Amino acid sequence: MAEPKRLTLPIDEAQARELRVGDILYLTGQIFTARDEAHLTMLEAKENGETLPFDPGAMALFHCGPVVRQAGDGWDVIAAGPTTSVRMEIFEDRFLEAFAPRIVIGKGGMGDRTQAGLEKTGSVYTHYTGGAGALAAKRIEKVETVYWLEKLGMPEAAWIFAVKDFGPLLVTMDSSGGNLYKELEPKIAENMKAIEARIG
Amino acid sequence: MSEQIKKTVVGALTLASTILPEDVVGALKAARERETSSLGAAQLDAILENVGIAREGSIPMCQDTGLQTFFVEAGVDSPFLKDVRDWLEEAVVQATADIPLRPNTVDPFTGANPGNNTGRFMPFINWDVVDGDQIKITVLPKGGGSENMSTVKMLPPGVGLKGIQKAVVEHIVSCQGKPCPPTVVGVGIGGGADISLKLGKKAILRPIGSAHPDPQVAAYEKELLELVNMSGVGPMGVGGETTCLAVHVEYAYRHPASLPLGILVQCWADRRASVIVKADGSTEVS
Repeated sequence: MAEPKRLTLPIDEAQARELRVGDILYLTGQIFTARDEAHLTMLEAKENGETLPFDPGAMALFHCGPVVRQAGDGWDVIAAGPTTSVRMEIFEDRFLEAFAPRIVIGKGGMGDRTQAGLEKTGSVYTHYTGGAGALAAKRIEKVETVYWLEKLGMPEAAWIFAVKDFGPLLVTMDSSGGNLYKELEPKIAENMKAIEARIG
Repeated sequence: MSEQIKKTVVGALTLASTILPEDVVGALKAARERETSSLGAAQLDAILENVGIAREGSIPMCQDTGLQTFFVEAGVDSPFLKDVRDWLEEAVVQATADIPLRPNTVDPFTGANPGNNTGRFMPFINWDVVDGDQIKITVLPKGGGSENMSTVKMLPPGVGLKGIQKAVVEHIVSCQGKPCPPTVVGVGIGGGADISLKLGKKAILRPIGSAHPDPQVAAYEKELLELVNMSGVGPMGVGGETTCLAVHVEYAYRHPASLPLGILVQCWADRRASVIVKADGSTEVS
């Protein structure tokens, strides 16, 4: 395994385009959460010509619906692992084009439309260990703020987190067409032949 | 007394969401030792580190704290049968605030989220009436990512037991990393479409490492586990030796024209806990 890359956000397009499948990243800076509903809300705002209350291009996009608890005027993150990314496949290419977050964090990988979107904006999709919600929460230093909490509810709202050494994030889709899941396919297909032979 | 029992159920919900059962931790550690893929090993390391952080801090191990799903074995002679539903509903509300749990129940028509993990038919209670005067309550907090990968297939009976093996392996491979492997897979065979799924979900409750009491079924599930793990999908779908920690099979007799196959997928966070309520109101948590 390659030496992990420690990045401080924001990163620019040129830096993002250097990232490749197999890279392990640890991020420091700001990330925002967005699941289905926040994606739709942000895209709608863009289409209506509204200005967003934060700059998604300067942050990493995290597919996550966290558990948070109000603590005084602020919030504590209890658990915040990734959600299944492929649900966002239907609009992620438009989202990338609209906001150009250079790093997407999720789990399970995404499809061809997202891959094309990554190629356009020079972004990468990174895989964070599914279910590792307690580990993720430990690397979140602070909840900066939250948007659309009342409208969308806790899991779907856009939470802005300040993170330190957030990872390990494994790049599984990159901007030059690299795709770890696709690379695995021929090997799995070969294994399937052996499995079928054994079943008989 | 009901207050005390309710508190015990809240304790079981806390245990389930924060401490992974020993059999699952053991299976994850064994998988880590066996892992030859560096990417797969890194996923298992992160999972085990995460499990430790959750246990030490008494915080949920995953942000998807699931739908709180109950299995109740209700002894016909228990004096508390009429109280169980209230205990469970109130315990879920309390646990949601205390632990806390993510509010996960949503009205499919309006999108409204009551914020306390209850709602129409929620928490769902599966009832079994059994002999005796005890009530055993088992909670299975089931996450959405793995539940989305559960499926039922109505196979032509002619495909036989080999056809079932093939269908299970093909399905698990098609899921790739989505259900957060290494998974525990419950395979329900027979009954009917709904019954096969229910059998699969019940099969998940069995501890990892346990064998089905019928030696023929035990051999079948062992073979199925080996077959699935030959696929190379690996931890989180990044490639590796362990795609499933266990495959558990349960079956019912079937209609001659039907071969229902329910495939229930549970993520690595195979969370569960039980409370036994005795006739005198005393309780035991495991």
